Amino acid sequence: MRRFLSLGLLCLLLLGITVTAQAQTDSTADTTDDPAALELLEALDASSYPAKSAAIVAILQSDDKRARDWLQSLLDGRLQRADDGRFVVVLDNSGREWPVADALTGDPLGEMSRRDLDRIGINNALRNQLRSAIAVVDLYSPDVERRRTSATRLLGEVDDELAEPLSELIAEEEDAQVQRRLTQALAIYQVENGQLEGVETLRGSLHPRVRVALSRAANGDDPIIADAANEALVSIEQNLKINRGLETLYFGLSLGSVLVLAAIGLAITFGVMGVINMAHGELMMLGAYTTWAMQQLLPGQPGLALLLSIPAGFMVAALAGIAIERGVIQFLKGRPLETLLATFGISLILQQLVRTGISPLNRTVITPEWMSGSLVVNDALSLTLNRMYVLGFALVVFASLMLIMRRTRLGLEVRAVTQNRAMARSMGIRATRVDIMTFALGSGVAGLAGVALSQLTNVGPNLGQNYIIDSFMVVVFGGVGNLWGTLVAGLSLGVINQVLEPWAGAVLAKIIVLVFIILFIQKRPRGLFPQKGRAAEG
Amino acid sequence: MTTLQRKTHSRSARLTGRFTTALIAAAVMGASAQVLAQDNDPIKVGILHSLSGTMAISETVLKDTVEMLIEQQNEAGGLLGRQLEAVVVDPASNWPLFAERARELLAQHEVDVVFGNWTSVSRKAVLPVFEELNGLLFYPVQYEGEESSENVFYTGAAPNQQAIPAVEYLINEVGIERFALVGTDYVYPRTTNRILEAFLKDEHGIADEDIMVNYTPFGHSDWQNIVSEIRRFGEEGKPTAVISTINGDANVPFYTELSNQGVDAGDIPVIAFSVGEQELTGIDTGPLVGHLAAWNYFMSVDTDENYDFIDAWIDYTGDEDAVTNDPMEAHYIGFNMWAEAVRKAGTTDVDAVKDAIIGVTVPNLTGGYAAMMPNHHITKPVLIGEIQDNGQFDVVWQTPSTVAGDAWSDYLPGSRDLIADWRAPMRCGNFNVVNGSCGGSTAAEEAEAALAE
Repeated sequence: MRRFLSLGLLCLLLLGITVTAQAQTDSTADTTDDPAALELLEALDASSYPAKSAAIVAILQSDDKRARDWLQSLLDGRLQRADDGRFVVVLDNSGREWPVADALTGDPLGEMSRRDLDRIGINNALRNQLRSAIAVVDLYSPDVERRRTSATRLLGEVDDELAEPLSELIAEEEDAQVQRRLTQALAIYQVENGQLEGVETLRGSLHPRVRVALSRAANGDDPIIADAANEALVSIEQNLKINRGLETLYFGLSLGSVLVLAAIGLAITFGVMGVINMAHGELMMLGAYTTWAMQQLLPGQPGLALLLSIPAGFMVAALAGIAIERGVIQFLKGRPLETLLATFGISLILQQLVRTGISPLNRTVITPEWMSGSLVVNDALSLTLNRMYVLGFALVVFASLMLIMRRTRLGLEVRAVTQNRAMARSMGIRATRVDIMTFALGSGVAGLAGVALSQLTNVGPNLGQNYIIDSFMVVVFGGVGNLWGTLVAGLSLGVINQVLEPWAGAVLAKIIVLVFIILFIQKRPRGLFPQKGRAAEG
Repeated sequence: MTTLQRKTHSRSARLTGRFTTALIAAAVMGASAQVLAQDNDPIKVGILHSLSGTMAISETVLKDTVEMLIEQQNEAGGLLGRQLEAVVVDPASNWPLFAERARELLAQHEVDVVFGNWTSVSRKAVLPVFEELNGLLFYPVQYEGEESSENVFYTGAAPNQQAIPAVEYLINEVGIERFALVGTDYVYPRTTNRILEAFLKDEHGIADEDIMVNYTPFGHSDWQNIVSEIRRFGEEGKPTAVISTINGDANVPFYTELSNQGVDAGDIPVIAFSVGEQELTGIDTGPLVGHLAAWNYFMSVDTDENYDFIDAWIDYTGDEDAVTNDPMEAHYIGFNMWAEAVRKAGTTDVDAVKDAIIGVTVPNLTGGYAAMMPNHHITKPVLIGEIQDNGQFDVVWQTPSTVAGDAWSDYLPGSRDLIADWRAPMRCGNFNVVNGSCGGSTAAEEAEAALAE
């Protein structure tokens, strides 16, 4: 940035000459009555990136009110040049014909073919320069949000020219956050220029750019600064370690919540009813496809579609579950091997149905605005929002299932039938109806898992296969027939996996977890929370 | 013999003689009719791409591309006066199944040429089949090199046409000093990363602690830890870049996680070797602007040949938003090279086409020409593109001229002494210039090793 600014003045002179020469030869450009602005833009249409960089500086130093808009549209890749030499801003760059507006006057010019437009290309270096340039402009903006982004952006980007007005700006600033950031930005500049007071200001800050600046100072030539920087870094590192621990815990809980969601439906059908349902994963897939279908039905409203797919996904999967129970499983009662094979067949049929009926390719499920990005806790710890919602969703689903099993008549009947079928029937409970309802409930929950997974992973015919093994693993590890066991097992397996992953790698971490479960089951065949009493013996 | 009979024997003998003549004539006519029929039989073009499973995201469009090229060729009058016919099979992203399907194409359907494969492990799996049954395979994807088979034509990039120039761009133009090599756990990323590690350490003096290597399984979906590790790796003072050889649909959650955790291209650029326009459809690329990919073609390339190809593709698919990508261009080049070689040889016979195709030059879509080299690799320009918010790439750097594909890397010990030349008299894919001997085909062992992983 500072290189560009100081270079700018020199280049400006040179450019001025070439641009006027160009303007004279370019006959079409005469149509405009704003030659100064046109000159500025013409300079942007250079072939080399250094020349473009100089042109950006020139625009920044001109007093033109449109400067920020030009820089922003250049940053967005929307500033283009038509074949007739006019500069236009592309309003929408999808498809083959693009609506455009004149860059100088802002008048809409209708649609233009992408063949007739040449984009003024930028690379990452220019993009960084543009962002800093816009940040400098935005420092004076009345909008607090803009000032905040701009102040954060300027960390590590302050140069000699900016340093002077910065102290004044800090003094005048009303917003505490902006003030703090600008002070840090100035402190980084001071550290870079060998002033010890900068190190003091930066002590305790967790921002990566602060760490980069201090690391550089620690390896620098000045021993006093290097010692101070090293000392500051040690305390920062300690603080970071705590944050990293918290982050790993969050990652683990988030992975665990996915496992819990995938397994909890199975905990009901397999754990409570004792049915080995290999098509469980495909019921999840149906839930995910329901989300996709909902978004197709409600174009432009991904958030609403997602919320509506929660009940819809439940219904679709529950109905499919009823069909499977009535069509196949009821005839195979007490024959686990046959049930396993038959449901495995069903899973293949469902996959192939989706492949031929919809597409073998993955479907795109849009993540709504409010679910993307992350929640910034501090400079070193931010929690991704989509996973936080899934974590919350998993807990809600678990809580409602517990409520259903403990507090409703259905739950009571389910527990009665699973504990002693004959006795329950003689008490007047219709066992067949309870079977259907239980299986529908378990399947519906699988559908809910699918809705949640559509936000985290690819929605395709193979979605279910990727989770079926993990689901059985969680249920068996937690103790068959125990919902609490599933919750604890899922979350702890997630955390174990994420703790192992950084040093073992993703592949090895999975293997270690599997081996661990095998050994654990050898020791405690009934899992973490074994069922007690006579029911367990049956 | 009939004249001899006529001279010496009776009328009945003469009658039989005439009958024989008629029979012979009939037989000759029948045979020529058969020859004629064979001439009019369509030329069979096999397509061996996964239409389901984890690789379907990338491979399905390649099947459509070859079908479009066949349709175009048929509209232009076919080849050697014969029509072309596509034979499509689905190996379902299942590597051993690739070998079975390849055998089915060559032995059962008797196809004249095959266009197919994406992953290197699937290519290794079919190698022994193509060598045994003497088939022709055009392989359209960038790969790790270290291979040159008599029966395979590599129209995608070798490492010196993609990975090496990309790393040089990062070092020389962007000033990167630390590298995270992240890939899917199979033969292509592992070999490429081995070459890159050797290249970074030997040629650019990058230290061990400045290189991080990470592998994940196919279809990996939980990227939180890896992305946060990358973020930390990049926050230690030196400019850092990620080199991604992640394949297939695992890229979608990877890029989503990158944008969710706010890894910005200005701070830590990710350069991908297996992510093209096709893989980016369906991802909101707004937060990914500036991340890079190295290919030999981008849909955004501004040439008339390219716009014609895109228009034809949009018309063929009927989808206004259809995208084109690098392996599609490779099939375009490979198909035209094969057609040109068939024309040159005057037959679809595999051995004749194999000899005729070396030296064949056809236009590519980026405004230049591609030539088939004696090592069965082609010449290509190398382009570096940055992701834009509309899912396209903008070319920010390219090699001044085309680069010839190098089958054997110059940066690996053992491999730097090998060359491949399939012209007579050498006809060898791994000739050792130091001891002057040809290693011969190792297709069977390589296939076994690749599938064992």
